Amino acid sequence: MNVRRIDLTSNDSFLFTKVNKDSANKEIAKYPEGRQASAIIAILWIAQKQNNGWLSESAISHVSDFLVMQKIRVLEIATFYSMFNLSPVGKYHIQLCGTTPCMLCGAESLKKVLNKEIGVVGSLTKDKLLSWVEVECLGACCNAPMVQINDYYYEDLDEVSFKKIIKDLKSGKEIKTGSYKGRLTSEPSKDPIVLLDDEIEKINIKRIKPGLK
Amino acid sequence: MLKNEDRIFTNIYGNNSWNLTSARRRGNWDSTDILVKKGRDWIINEMKASGLRGRGGAGFPTGLKWSFMPKEVSDRPHYLVVNADESEPGTCKDREILRNEPHQFIEGCLLASFAMNAHACYVYVRGEYIHERIVLQNAINEAYEAGLLGKNASNSGWDFDIYVHHGAGAYICGEETALLESLEGKKGMPRLKPPFPANCGLYGCPTTVNNVESISVAPEILRRGASWFSSLGKTNNTGTKLFCISGHVNNPCNIEEEMGVPLRDLIEKHAGGVRGGWDNLLAVIPGGSSVPCLPASQCQDLSMDFDSLKELKSGLGTAAVIVMDKSTDIIAAIARLSYFYKHESCGQCTPCREGTGWMWRVMERFVSGKAEKSEIDLLLEVSTQVEGHTICALGDAAAWPIQGLIRHFRHVIEERIDNQVS
Repeated sequence: MNVRRIDLTSNDSFLFTKVNKDSANKEIAKYPEGRQASAIIAILWIAQKQNNGWLSESAISHVSDFLVMQKIRVLEIATFYSMFNLSPVGKYHIQLCGTTPCMLCGAESLKKVLNKEIGVVGSLTKDKLLSWVEVECLGACCNAPMVQINDYYYEDLDEVSFKKIIKDLKSGKEIKTGSYKGRLTSEPSKDPIVLLDDEIEKINIKRIKPGLK
Repeated sequence: MLKNEDRIFTNIYGNNSWNLTSARRRGNWDSTDILVKKGRDWIINEMKASGLRGRGGAGFPTGLKWSFMPKEVSDRPHYLVVNADESEPGTCKDREILRNEPHQFIEGCLLASFAMNAHACYVYVRGEYIHERIVLQNAINEAYEAGLLGKNASNSGWDFDIYVHHGAGAYICGEETALLESLEGKKGMPRLKPPFPANCGLYGCPTTVNNVESISVAPEILRRGASWFSSLGKTNNTGTKLFCISGHVNNPCNIEEEMGVPLRDLIEKHAGGVRGGWDNLLAVIPGGSSVPCLPASQCQDLSMDFDSLKELKSGLGTAAVIVMDKSTDIIAAIARLSYFYKHESCGQCTPCREGTGWMWRVMERFVSGKAEKSEIDLLLEVSTQVEGHTICALGDAAAWPIQGLIRHFRHVIEERIDNQVS
């Protein structure tokens, strides 16, 4: 467990925009009548997106009114799940995976880059452009080391490519998602011996399907 | 090596598009209605006969699990819930299924739901998989448009809806009852069992929770026959499995192989070998962070299946192979896992909430060598006090890596303490 507290210093006000209200209602519609609480994670996520990447107290209050749930229940969810940021984050919020598979492949060197460029873990730059945290396994271990920046994964990184990403973010350039070693996804980077491009569609023809008889 | 025509996931690397047209060319949605019309009992019997064991880590027979659902629907609807909350360190296979083979998965959801009388299925995707969630939703929309889902899905006479739900970063939600709690809009804290989900699951209704991979292989098993699937692999460990090979290998990758494939083949044929050659291997974690590590001496002729690994006091888990070469500080590698469990403990049971933090702090001192040798046995003792004394298996999962480390690398810890003292 980790201690997670809400930043109470901001005195913003929060109301869903029309578009977000509609998407929140769409989330509620996924669940049976009277089970609108099921949509809480999705709706807090929509609120966080609208609120520049973090959940303020007013956003949480608004969600609790919206879902007709006690505020403490919403607070419980916001503090339990680690993707809810409880204090302001940068325009680009970097989540560095530091768990063992990434650590073995060089997450420590990426951490040095972040320490130098942004500051200690949890820092937010003065211009509010960049912030970073270390997170637990992001589930892209065959593409380690990797980071998540806002919604996307940036994989197969090393110090050089990661420095370039930070530099590009600072200068407002677009950055490429996915692998930085030219891989499509998680195939072997060299000498693949199975599932070559030209084979794939032919495989189905060779299959025998007694179940369809 | 597994032949290409025996592979279930032919687009696992995303060489082709995930979309319906492309998926159909790969054989997905091929006469799904025929399979449904053969009936529930036939589907469940085929699944049982195939010997498929759940791919989410515990290895429970999938067909048997499906058969636990009540035969008749009472006043409570039945649900299928798919666990796509993949967060076990080392594991990255479900992600590839969701983004590259979504139709294979969706078809599996339909067949599994039909087999257990469920008209609705919820897919719980981990919060961080945003791109994967979007692809899955797009694939579902495509399937609705093509009449494969919805009323009279795939012309099978069965009405079926599928909903994508997402989490927000909590490893514990991969535990099935914690996942159900989370799906109901609460903190992901595991429930006491019994009652089991098959009797009292989502919203108190009969529910089955399955892993993405277990569901995704179902359509191919049914089409190609249980005997085809069970002819692959070993007795009691049948079929194919996605292995995730990460860490100190030249070409880390996901690869579908037969169960019981030698570890050495996985590493050398598919992953380009250990960095610096096989002799540079220090240890392997064979099934995701929760299973004890194995030293290189046990990796020589290691067969990758549930039973062989259990004999070595480890486990296949999610088949996530984390390879460590001799440059690794093995104590630090395991200590990082201890931190992971400390971070992810939900805090419900005292032995886990307090124990994971306690074990991590001792492990950190072992990393620096600032400890007493007597503390090694003390840590072992505490780990056994956490193990088996909690509602869910997170306590066990936190204890096992440490037990594995002490079992095989006690000398490394002792050396470090000696060096610190002198």
